[in-house]
Amino acid sequence: MPPSVIRASAKRPTRATPSERTLSYVDAIREATDQEMARDPSVLVFGLDVDDPKAIQGTTRGLLEKYGPSRVFGTPLSEDAMTGTAIGMALAGLRPIHVHIRMDFLMLAMNQLINVAAKSRYMYGGKVSIPLVVRSMIGKSWGQGAQHSQGLYSFFMHVPGLQVVAPTTPYDAKGCLIAAIRDDNPVLYVEHRILHFQNGPVPAHTYTVTPGRARITAVGQDVTLVGISQMQSECLKARLYLEEIGIQAEVIDPIWLSPLDIDTIVRSVEKTGRLLVVDNGWVCCGAAAEIIAQVAERLQGHCSFRMRRMGFAPVTCPTAPSLERLYYPDSRTIAAAARDLVEGTKTGWMPRERSELNSFIFKGPF
Amino acid sequence: MLERLYRSLYRIRRLEEAFARVYPTDKIKSPIHLSIGQEAVSVGVCAALRLDDVVFGTYRGHALYLAKGGDMKAMAAELYGKATGCTRGKGGSMHLISTEVGMMGASAVVGTTIANAVGYAYALQYQGRDALVASFFGDGGSEEGVFAESLNFAALKCLPILFICENNGYAIHTSQERRQGRPDICARARAYGIPAERIEHNDVLYLFERTRTVAAKIRAGGGPHFFEVMTYRWREHVGPNNDFHLGYRTEDEATPWIEADQVTRLGAMLLPERREQIQEEVEAEVEAALVFAEESPEPEPAELYTDVL
Repeated sequence: MPPSVIRASAKRPTRATPSERTLSYVDAIREATDQEMARDPSVLVFGLDVDDPKAIQGTTRGLLEKYGPSRVFGTPLSEDAMTGTAIGMALAGLRPIHVHIRMDFLMLAMNQLINVAAKSRYMYGGKVSIPLVVRSMIGKSWGQGAQHSQGLYSFFMHVPGLQVVAPTTPYDAKGCLIAAIRDDNPVLYVEHRILHFQNGPVPAHTYTVTPGRARITAVGQDVTLVGISQMQSECLKARLYLEEIGIQAEVIDPIWLSPLDIDTIVRSVEKTGRLLVVDNGWVCCGAAAEIIAQVAERLQGHCSFRMRRMGFAPVTCPTAPSLERLYYPDSRTIAAAARDLVEGTKTGWMPRERSELNSFIFKGPF
Repeated sequence: MLERLYRSLYRIRRLEEAFARVYPTDKIKSPIHLSIGQEAVSVGVCAALRLDDVVFGTYRGHALYLAKGGDMKAMAAELYGKATGCTRGKGGSMHLISTEVGMMGASAVVGTTIANAVGYAYALQYQGRDALVASFFGDGGSEEGVFAESLNFAALKCLPILFICENNGYAIHTSQERRQGRPDICARARAYGIPAERIEHNDVLYLFERTRTVAAKIRAGGGPHFFEVMTYRWREHVGPNNDFHLGYRTEDEATPWIEADQVTRLGAMLLPERREQIQEEVEAEVEAALVFAEESPEPEPAELYTDVL
């Protein structure tokens, strides 16, 4: 990440305590887990490979040594039963964190997540609650392809009883994870493999990033860019391209997708009159569709605005780099779409690539 | 103990028969999957458990809820869709719960609670408690992937859990032979390293004795154990009636099960005056539960939005 982008995303946290200490996204997750495990013996972390030498990209490193194998353990390859097991632990008063190194693997756990975790509190008349955190990672590039790259959080946004969070900075990675662990209800905590490499200020003490509150990561008056998960980074870069042509983009990071802070987005659109939501998933029935629908419901009749969704191409993710480039929105295609929204016409403009904005190049394997 | 077992069996039988009688009036606003004929499985196991042991069950869960000590009035009210129901009108017949007595829930999706039971057992072990978990599911549940995954993990961690496969021979209308290449469920449990035994004839006394013995072993750290209990559902899969006219099973098949009815069998082992006294008490209890359900208020509209998160 270029320093300017880091500053743009790090300076803004609405409730952040100033901190000089810099941590990676990975270390922020590890620290949050460590601090919560130290504070509360009911917190456990498990999942495929959490105790192996690579320790889930380092996010669980050192925890086994510190807390022992009954609180930190790798599991059999049984996502369905292990999710059900996590729910059973939660029913007995524990606070499990179940880790999946790819979000795609959650498809094996849908029955337990949707039919049990989301519903138990309600269908049992409030007699129980399920304090469960499910961490999962979205992959990207270097051949991640069809089954290692999906951003499927909208599935979970659809279902009452689940909360969904997709932090994009190390600060939020820590604060959201602590909030999720302390929450009495299930939280889907969505990471992105590319975001793992981010560095940023992270206070050493424990803090929570409140559910249902978005953050304005850059202020502008011409167009509102809402970037979800890794698309937040692309939006912040797109903003720099737009600056070159005199367009001031306001960038919003929803952080929590459920509960969703629609108020912050609505206020921004009232100001800019243009809304571009860039999703880290497909647009059909996706998070972007939901955000735009909610804004339209709120603003219809008293404020007209132009709107657009962007997201993955409506195909399966290909592995060839040349095709994959076309599959994802990026800072330049976002900037181009934003300019078209502002001008109300298809301008055909595409910013010339600034290599300093692409200083981060990931080389596999993941 | 005989009296206790009989009372438990008789309560379930008579309440469910009352439900079946009331059902055509549409007062019960819930599908009912009656346990009639299968009561002995829940009763035999639960009679050997402690209050702090927990059970997880299935949508055919009336017997388990009552056998573990769940409140009859709260259950009846739940089926009537009333605010006084055990889930305040939110879960219905298929999601009975009574956390106070360790009935930790039931699922309408087959096999689902097996994993939840295993997780609870993990927590008990982690917390150093000597309680155990009893996980009830059917022969259909043993075909779900979650069954295999859960047994593997329970064996791996040597968890304090008793699996009870309540084998009534049918998943809705399809017999076990038509669904399983090798219809030996105990063999599958053993494949995961879990000691397993088949208990024939729905025998409540034998099941009680075996559970008592096995529970002590589990509490002492012996790890999971598996029962396949052979039983028979007398009524239709869902609803109050018989279903022999459908042709997927015959009355002849049911006859030996009905002749070996555990309610009748245990009743005959009691002194007539004791049996009649228990029956009278239960009839009054059932009657009171139905009156309570009928007279209870419906949930307030605001209840729709409570306990989502």
